[in-house]
Amino acid sequence: MFVVAVLSLFVTMILVLFRLIAGPTLYDRVLAVNTFGTCTVLFIGVLGFLFERPEFLDIALIYALINFVGTIAILKFFRYRALGDQPNIKDNGENAQ
Amino acid sequence: MVRLLAIGLGLFALWLLLSGLFKPLLIGLGIVSTLATLAIAQRMGLFKKANNDTQHSFVGFILYLGWLAVEIAKSNWSVTRIILAKTITLQQTLFDVPTSQKTDLGKVLFANSIILTPATITVETENKTFLVHALTEEAADLDALAEMDRRITTIEYDKGDA
Amino acid sequence: MSILDIVINGVSWVSIVTGSIFLIIGATGIIRFPDFWSRLHAAAIVDSAGAGLLLLGMALQAGLTFVTIKLVLIGIFLLITGPTSTHAIANAAFVSGSRPLGDKSGKPVVPADVIEPPLTAEPITAELNEDLTSKT
Repeated sequence: MFVVAVLSLFVTMILVLFRLIAGPTLYDRVLAVNTFGTCTVLFIGVLGFLFERPEFLDIALIYALINFVGTIAILKFFRYRALGDQPNIKDNGENAQ
Repeated sequence: MVRLLAIGLGLFALWLLLSGLFKPLLIGLGIVSTLATLAIAQRMGLFKKANNDTQHSFVGFILYLGWLAVEIAKSNWSVTRIILAKTITLQQTLFDVPTSQKTDLGKVLFANSIILTPATITVETENKTFLVHALTEEAADLDALAEMDRRITTIEYDKGDA
Repeated sequence: MSILDIVINGVSWVSIVTGSIFLIIGATGIIRFPDFWSRLHAAAIVDSAGAGLLLLGMALQAGLTFVTIKLVLIGIFLLITGPTSTHAIANAAFVSGSRPLGDKSGKPVVPADVIEPPLTAEPITAELNEDLTSKT
């Protein structure tokens, strides 16, 4: 049954990749990357069960965390044009106009 | 101080659970990383608690999670029907939802619950009211969201009442 | 194999297969929906139903071991971070001026008090997108 899960995750990831390439806006792509990351976490976990190597779950756990931080970092960069502290943080939204 | 100690013990227990090995070297590394995490959290000011009057009941939270799971299943089904329909008919709306939570944690719980149920997404949380985006007219159901709001507010209680 | 084992095995089967179906449904929605705002909802299906059911099925297969603890931890992380990043994406798109597509008139449906700051009251266009990416 884990083969079913692996195959459907694979199909899901390919469909999400289509959206990632097609866009059309930046936020569509970020959303696709985020969903792809969630699928990757599940994929690693299911693969661990399929190969009977439960250590894979540790990798999945780390990937779940990195995925979240990565999405937030991308969004923060596109909103404030910087990843560190910003003194003039109040002018959000203006640089997108 | 009690709070700091409890968080430290919790972090160390998490380390033991995740590693599952009990060699002296690994336990030592666990203690070092627990202390490092506590130091960073202290520097970020996570242990300064401004308002301690309103508490959250754990049992109420677990009960709420059960109710939320049913809601998630229901709205998942409604979005699934829209996706699998031959022609996609949408009626997207943005609308305001009033909130009645006192604490930040309650508000976070409410906003996350709104997003976890597909067909509704919290867009803006700056003000007293949340700006919510709904996929269809029937998903933009203020009564259902008010019910969710009420259930989350009952998790909160003042220290005097308990 | 006792009856309880068979029941648990069956439940985890059902939950994994249903989770897989929901994953594909969510991905179909991400492909089929017309604009960014509706795709957010399709991605929410993948995050909640797909991930939840798959993790539940795997946990039932593993039984009460370290593996289940790790699966529960992954579930908690996904439960907290998934909605948060969805909200971050939605909020960033909203602040940058993207508005959902309306029903027939093509006009967005927005309450009157959220128009400020002055934004283009149109769905996000290719120009805005170009403008965003060219500034890097």
